[in-house]
Amino acid sequence: MIGWQGVVVTYGDVPVLKSVSLEVADGQWLGLIGPNGAGKTTMIKAGVGVVEYSGVVAVNGQEARRGEDVAWMPQRPHLPDEMGVADYVMLGRTPHLGYLGAESKHDVDTVRTSIEKLGLSGFERRPLGTLSGGEAQRVVLARALAQEAPVLLLDEPTASLDISHAVEVLDVVDDLRRTESLTIVMAAHDLTLAGRYCERLALIAGGEVVADGDPSMVLTEDLLGAHYGAGIRVLADEDGPIVVPVRRSND
Amino acid sequence: MTGSTTPVQARPARLGWVGLTIGVVAVLVAAILGATLGAAGLDPMSVVRALLDALPGVSVESGLSEVQSTILFEIRLPRVVLGGMVGAVLAVAGASYQGVFRNALADPYLLGVAAGAGLGATIALSVRGDSTFLAPLAFVGGMAAVGITYVLGRSVGGRSATSLILAGVAVAAFATAVQTYLLQRDTDTFREVYAWILGRLVTVGWSEVRSLAPYALIATVVMFGARRLLDVLSIGDDEANALGVKVGRVRGVVVVAATLATAAAVSVSGLIGFVGIIVPHVVRLVFGWSYRVIIPLSFLFGAAFLMLADIAARTVVAPAELPIGVITAFLGAPFFLLVLRTMRGPP
Repeated sequence: MIGWQGVVVTYGDVPVLKSVSLEVADGQWLGLIGPNGAGKTTMIKAGVGVVEYSGVVAVNGQEARRGEDVAWMPQRPHLPDEMGVADYVMLGRTPHLGYLGAESKHDVDTVRTSIEKLGLSGFERRPLGTLSGGEAQRVVLARALAQEAPVLLLDEPTASLDISHAVEVLDVVDDLRRTESLTIVMAAHDLTLAGRYCERLALIAGGEVVADGDPSMVLTEDLLGAHYGAGIRVLADEDGPIVVPVRRSND
Repeated sequence: MTGSTTPVQARPARLGWVGLTIGVVAVLVAAILGATLGAAGLDPMSVVRALLDALPGVSVESGLSEVQSTILFEIRLPRVVLGGMVGAVLAVAGASYQGVFRNALADPYLLGVAAGAGLGATIALSVRGDSTFLAPLAFVGGMAAVGITYVLGRSVGGRSATSLILAGVAVAAFATAVQTYLLQRDTDTFREVYAWILGRLVTVGWSEVRSLAPYALIATVVMFGARRLLDVLSIGDDEANALGVKVGRVRGVVVVAATLATAAAVSVSGLIGFVGIIVPHVVRLVFGWSYRVIIPLSFLFGAAFLMLADIAARTVVAPAELPIGVITAFLGAPFFLLVLRTMRGPP
């Protein structure tokens, strides 16, 4: 379980998060949606502990420990071209290694298992610079999984992927959530995909949570229209709402 | 997943036997050549036997006369060892700076240590008229300049690496301006300061080695210890932070260690350029991206490179000497370009 309790973030004098409180239960997949600049990424970064904030981010009732409690897949992960896949995934073991960084058999085994779970066997020595977008996302997920943290925070994991690779990555995340009992929080721009995969959505706008609940309750034309400021149509579908933009009239 | 096989394989983050063996052999060969070559030629095998004889518990007849033995142990070896230590320290410090700043152009002089040490040396030479206080004032000047850089960088940009580098540029420019002003006022010291700026390995027995050794040892141990964390920093400050690494602290510790070693090296050898940037890059191109490989191999190849450069400095225009900084640039720059072209292929 991860919880943001009265979390406030300001950049200079500009408030980006205004006392946000949100709890995500064990094994739940929460989607953070909202327009650009709403504060989704900042919420994720506060959860990971890479921005300064006031308030509390807690995992299982204790203040979150950086690295050990929360794994993070950033929006634009930095992948050094020459580094090999296995060595990159091993970086996920950093929170568990001492200053001198001797890797134990458990570390090596965890990395191998993470690589296998993400279907990357055979890719161990591939340089990161040679991977496709979908492969790269899997490798970053493998690194996050190797951290063995109970909470996984994903910042727009499908932003640079085409629809088939986006679905592939989200299916992998869904598998991991089930098999590894992970709690997942994902910032997302694609509202339809978010509605399909997340059990719960929180709509963030102006640094606050303005709606929170089942996707069918949050993905409504009124709510989205009010906060995205664009013409949006929500179509009902048996697998969940489909969100489509409405083109502005040329008249 | 579309698993198209590719012949491209990443170099592992492990120090292999090949690199380690080549590095150790390079150091031994350079050291023996350095001890052998010079105005009074010594037989290489005799030198090897004399060195073995000096080991505790080993007794070998070297065949060297008493005078030759004195030349070897009191003149040649101190200089060879000093050259090796300075080269190793500068190369490891350069690699560490490149790691903590994630900047391929970083060298040990990045944060103003060279300009500060230069100013200290100039003050020492112009105030006393001799070099009595040259080494201590160069050391203090170098450390002070980096200290000011750090305080300024933190005050304007928090923990950002860019603000630290920019503060280093400003401090270096200021120290160089003051140094130039002092030299303009006192042109008598100009030649000596200039010679120091070009780098020189001058030894009086083992005293320079003894004064550098503790700094070199502490700094090398710290930088070796941080080599895995330097690999983690290569994915960026935020991601390293998210993995539980205290990025600011690691950067601070490594910069202090590298600066301490560089200032100590510069104070006994002057400003020897290129070693700190060329050696780590050659190692990176040949042996791979990981600092777990780059740091130890930079140590070995930095030592070997400077020992060889010193042989050239002593012998090319013998009995006169060339400044070693000229040799490192003259040999280092074309060699670096050759390696760059060979490893990356023509454009």
